[in-house]
Amino acid sequence: MSNPVESLYNIRLLDELAEKKSIIHNVHPLMKVLTTGAYLLVTVSFNKYQLSNMLPLVFYPVIVMSLADIPAIPIFKRVLPALPLITGIGLFNLLYDKSPVLVLPWITIPGGWVSFLSILIKGFLTILAALILIATTGMTKIALALRIMRIPGVFIIQLLLTYRYIAVLLEEAGRIVRAYSLRSAGEKGIKFRDWGPLTGHLLIRSIERAQRVYRSMCCRGFAGEYHTGREKGINTGDILYFAGWSISFLIIRYFNIPAMIGWLMMGVRR
Amino acid sequence: MSHHIIQADNLKYKYPDGRQALNGVTFRITHGESVGIVGANGAGKSTLLMHLAGVLFPDEGEIRIGEVPLTRKTLPLIRQRVGMVFQDPDDQLFMTTVYDDVAFGPRNYKLPEEEVEKRVISSLDTVGILHLKDRPPYKLSGGEKRAAAIATVLAMNPDILVMDEPTSSLDPKSRRRLITLLQGFTHTKIIATHDLDMVFELCERTIVLKDGRVITDGPTEKILCDAELMEECGLELPLGLLGCPVCNAKKTI
Ligand SMILES: Nc1ncnc2c1ncn2[C@@H]1O[C@H](COP(=O)(O)OP(=O)(O)OP(=O)(O)O)[C@@H](O)[C@H]1O
Ligand SMILES: [Mg+2]
Repeated sequence: MSNPVESLYNIRLLDELAEKKSIIHNVHPLMKVLTTGAYLLVTVSFNKYQLSNMLPLVFYPVIVMSLADIPAIPIFKRVLPALPLITGIGLFNLLYDKSPVLVLPWITIPGGWVSFLSILIKGFLTILAALILIATTGMTKIALALRIMRIPGVFIIQLLLTYRYIAVLLEEAGRIVRAYSLRSAGEKGIKFRDWGPLTGHLLIRSIERAQRVYRSMCCRGFAGEYHTGREKGINTGDILYFAGWSISFLIIRYFNIPAMIGWLMMGVRR
Repeated sequence: MSHHIIQADNLKYKYPDGRQALNGVTFRITHGESVGIVGANGAGKSTLLMHLAGVLFPDEGEIRIGEVPLTRKTLPLIRQRVGMVFQDPDDQLFMTTVYDDVAFGPRNYKLPEEEVEKRVISSLDTVGILHLKDRPPYKLSGGEKRAAAIATVLAMNPDILVMDEPTSSLDPKSRRRLITLLQGFTHTKIIATHDLDMVFELCERTIVLKDGRVITDGPTEKILCDAELMEECGLELPLGLLGCPVCNAKKTI
């Protein structure tokens, strides 16, 4: 969080992308949430040595992002903060798992490497899928989908307000850092001994601010549900979208497509 | 129409940190009145207004809107009638576009989408920012945000309008437009402000607060022209009443 104000624009970029118009944006939120759910399930369900099997999963984010006209780089950047964590989890596989594994018919490498890579890819793809969902749907419509799925309202409000709260927190952080740097006589960064008071200050300020925002929402009749207006119904296209992706995911799950293509090519060569 | 009467009875409020912000405030505002609430920084204006909108609840005393006492139970009813513009417009804007933000209130009351659209367009037009309707609110200038915040409240069609510093950070033209707009608004208005000239133009009655108490309450001309009283409360005479700084000719009312 080197520049809070910039990260703020980053977090709001997802909201702005969600306002775009495209075939993907047009799909009913419920179907997009379900599709993302299916994708996550399938991705996670691969075992850690099935590296080559899961490669075709990459197609889902690539296709959706290009259809929805979502820029790749800012989205990838947003996945990065989570990668150290995933790498940390995957690292142990490198140390403990030395058994040889057959990746492709003609290549064997230590199992640790395979599982490390597959954890990395799984982590990357799941986070990417979640971000794509937000960027093509928007938090309010995701809430709508969750409501249709009968998720209890408390959880939905929790989700919405947490999401808003991140923006509030970053905004306050931005103001504090700006005020600090204006008075810190050209020093770079924030002095270690000032971190304590500043973070405490940030916490209190953002809580108060969040409270005021919540109050003003209540003043305008907020009773725990966002209404997005123009809520359209589910049509055949939406259902086909979900069905199409689900079937593709299942095929990827149960058939080793890269290997099949490999065999096919070998067969042709032979 | 008795339901626009606002009655505050010996309101006391202490902030959680122990600061006594309201210390026995009593007044009665009848239908159609337009009241200015003035006082120095920290006098308790914002705190008082938040009580009127049911955002804060008094430790002691009672507020009645019409015949209904303001309690947690009657809150939804009250909030539909009282529209509040907050001191900081950032607190009031939280959606992704100005349009959605203004539509937030009407949509909460489950109005049909055509009616919502009509209200949004007309309130944005009233405050003069219709051209900004598809912009994200956090990218507006201070004054534009202020105008958007006012539009969010106008779209609710409130009977009683409660505004905290509505003219701060507006440019002269927008300020003038807002004043004209408020003059056309025939319902009850309560305006806390440091813009004494606006109070002079807009409000026939003024309540002066100091340290959480009502110091005086009466006709605007009498109060705002009382130089001694104004001085005592950390205020000064409205500019409109001072002589011209160049030719020094005293104005009379
Ligand atoms: N959240 C808070 N917690 C504790 N004390 C507060 C809080 N908000 C305001 N106060 C205190 O309550 C008193 C009244 O504040 P209030 O905001 O009502 O003043 P105001 O008349 O609106 O001032 P201004 O003209 O500066 O807006 C002040 O002394 C202030 O320090
Ligand atoms: Mg105030």
